Amino acid sequence: MNPTSQPPDGPTDRSPDAPARPDDAAPPRDDARPPRDDEASETAVGGLSYRGGRVRPVVRAPAAVLSTPAEPVDPKEMADLAADLVATMRVSPGCVGLAAVQIGVPAHVFVVDVTGHPKTRTCHGLIVLCNAVVVAASQWKVGREGCMSVPDLTGDVRRAGRLTVAGEVAGTGERVEITTDAFEARALQHEIDHCGGLLFLDRVAGAHAIHQRKVYL
Amino acid sequence: MHEYAVTVIGKDRPGIIADVSSVLAGLGLNLTDSTMTRLRGHFAMTLVCAGQVPSPEVESALAPLSAGGLVVSVSEVATEGPAAPTGGHYVLRLHGADRLGIVAAVTRLLADVGGNITDLTTRLADGLYLLVAEVDLPTTVDIDELTARVRRLATDLGVEASLSPAETDVL
Repeated sequence: MNPTSQPPDGPTDRSPDAPARPDDAAPPRDDARPPRDDEASETAVGGLSYRGGRVRPVVRAPAAVLSTPAEPVDPKEMADLAADLVATMRVSPGCVGLAAVQIGVPAHVFVVDVTGHPKTRTCHGLIVLCNAVVVAASQWKVGREGCMSVPDLTGDVRRAGRLTVAGEVAGTGERVEITTDAFEARALQHEIDHCGGLLFLDRVAGAHAIHQRKVYL
Repeated sequence: MHEYAVTVIGKDRPGIIADVSSVLAGLGLNLTDSTMTRLRGHFAMTLVCAGQVPSPEVESALAPLSAGGLVVSVSEVATEGPAAPTGGHYVLRLHGADRLGIVAAVTRLLADVGGNITDLTTRLADGLYLLVAEVDLPTTVDIDELTARVRRLATDLGVEASLSPAETDVL
């Protein structure tokens, strides 16, 4: 997920007018996402680092790849793709998650990092998962989300505020289970949806749950 | 008691709502249901208001706003209570590449089964077209069959669409 309006070829902060989106959440702020060049910050759940990735262009809706369920992957072969996802997420202001389909790769892989976001409670730092599924979900709440692939709109979406997901670590294939809440739970659901070919637009709560980011004045 | 349907649309600027609602308040018209939003660069207000003042007075009071560049219409309407809910409340969501006739095709499909749309929003953002409709469907409607028809229509239109029950959290 990503909060800001960004062109596919170079995310720039557009100062979103609507606060509190999961991925876009909150305009990029100094305290929301400190620079993370240190090695520790790139060590994901599972103990691996995903450094040296290439920043890839982000695909925007409508694009078929965003509406097609991603293929299951062999997690041991996904380290390079994961590194690209991390690199692309890191250069995108306010971006707290990115799925492979968003860079045009129909693979069931995503990255999430909600470190420092004001809506974060439980935080696992960098999460890189392959073939992830929701195992348990409860405490449903509506919150506003944006997406780098839908840069001009945000929407109110009902998501579980308490969540357990299971997936495989990119690079090793180790199976991990993550239980979390609040903003991290929302970000994980948003990215797992991407892997299933769904956008937040497929879940907006109603006709008044769509909001524009662009100002046409 | 008179009830009026008022629409106002014009190039967006600060103060449109304040200007219109001040006129209505000055006439003793109570603004009841309304929806006001920005549609691309235009600001659009649709509202119902009620009061004792006769129609010509409302029109003349709003006339200066027309002179200021807003398109204003006033119609007296019959006083109606809220419509009785019919059947189940559903949300239809559609997004995809923009093309002519999406709204017509989708709403015709819903109308054909007796669906009553209570709210609908569309947005065009670059090439992405989005439609979200809230619709009351009669209990006689076979939801599975309608869902399949929505999917077929989406395929024909080259877009993504789904129909699902509206989720209401009553707290």
